[in-house]
Amino acid sequence: MGNFMKEFAKGLIITNPVFVLALGLCPTLAVTTSINNALGMTLAVLIVLLGANTIVAAIRNFVPSITRIPIFIVVIASLVTMVDLLFAANFPDLHEALGIFLPLVVVNCIILGRAEAFASKNPILHSVADALGITVGFMLALLMISSIRQTLGTGSLSVFGFHFFTLPILGKQPIAILVLPAGAFLVIGLLLALFRRTGVMKSD
Amino acid sequence: MTELIAIFISMALINNFILVRFLGLCPFFGVSKQLGSAVSMGVAVTFVMSIASLATWLIYNYILIPFDLKYMYIVIFILVIATLVQIIELFIKKTNAALYFAFGIYLPLITTNCAVLGITLIVNTVEVYSLWQSVVAALGAGLGFTLVLAMMSGIREKLELANAPKAMKGLPIAFIIATLLGLAFSGFGGMI
Repeated sequence: MGNFMKEFAKGLIITNPVFVLALGLCPTLAVTTSINNALGMTLAVLIVLLGANTIVAAIRNFVPSITRIPIFIVVIASLVTMVDLLFAANFPDLHEALGIFLPLVVVNCIILGRAEAFASKNPILHSVADALGITVGFMLALLMISSIRQTLGTGSLSVFGFHFFTLPILGKQPIAILVLPAGAFLVIGLLLALFRRTGVMKSD
Repeated sequence: MTELIAIFISMALINNFILVRFLGLCPFFGVSKQLGSAVSMGVAVTFVMSIASLATWLIYNYILIPFDLKYMYIVIFILVIATLVQIIELFIKKTNAALYFAFGIYLPLITTNCAVLGITLIVNTVEVYSLWQSVVAALGAGLGFTLVLAMMSGIREKLELANAPKAMKGLPIAFIIATLLGLAFSGFGGMI
């Protein structure tokens, strides 16, 4: 159990997939215009990463090392197909909003990276812990970026139709650049610099 | 003809793959530190994107749709891309050794480049282009990708010498540069 918690906890900060490993940047920048989309992407990554890590850890002793990458990719692609159909049937709005970034989870480096670097060498339970930790780390990063972009970029905060607050001045004149593509780069760049300045993360 | 030109410009500049659609960011932040390697990477990606669009268009329209297998598109597309990259690598290795060494490790890396899977998804499932439109769109997207990659690498070569604040050095300042490039490219928005 101690090991389980250790593998889980390291994904949050030490190997945070977005801020430390700089993996999976494409979906991170694209879906963080609103908290809804960020949570939807997290759910997709959770299902695929949990499934991929479990399956890869389960078959790790039977897979010949020379063909392992194609096998992992087929496993991941099948899981993504399932999630794609699942979202299309149950959350059509979210499916529409995530667009091509849902099928693109296949080439999200976080998932193949964890399958190759962790699950192919570790037992199932540890791989599940790793998948959960990495997903929570991914979610934290996505929530941090999307709440900044949504709150300042639209002037108000609402999640799944539930309205929290509207900012006094920004409510009328939001910083619209933050919801534009350029704003995504800006918010992540400033957050990374902030983490390095405060010592949460090491500088280069 | 004008429609093809419009698609080309839209893919290359207005909806630039890196700065507007956020596709292919790993090579953008990873390899774009030297102009030479950035251009090699860009050319390799453009080449694979064009062939992959052609191949997936044919498979999607002549196999997946007639046999009602549309839901298999994710698995099929990624396998097609992985196979194509392998074939292209073997072909270049046999026919043009100099080019093979110029591409170096970038060719195998392209399989997991989201720009390549991205363009096959866009031309087949999002925009639903015809065959010619797909190839032109892939060429435009690839050239736009190469252009931004080359611009970024040129800036980053200079940036190594710049006196940025300590916390900003490396990745954070690269993101800020990307912001400025993105703002500049948003100016293309009104072109068509």
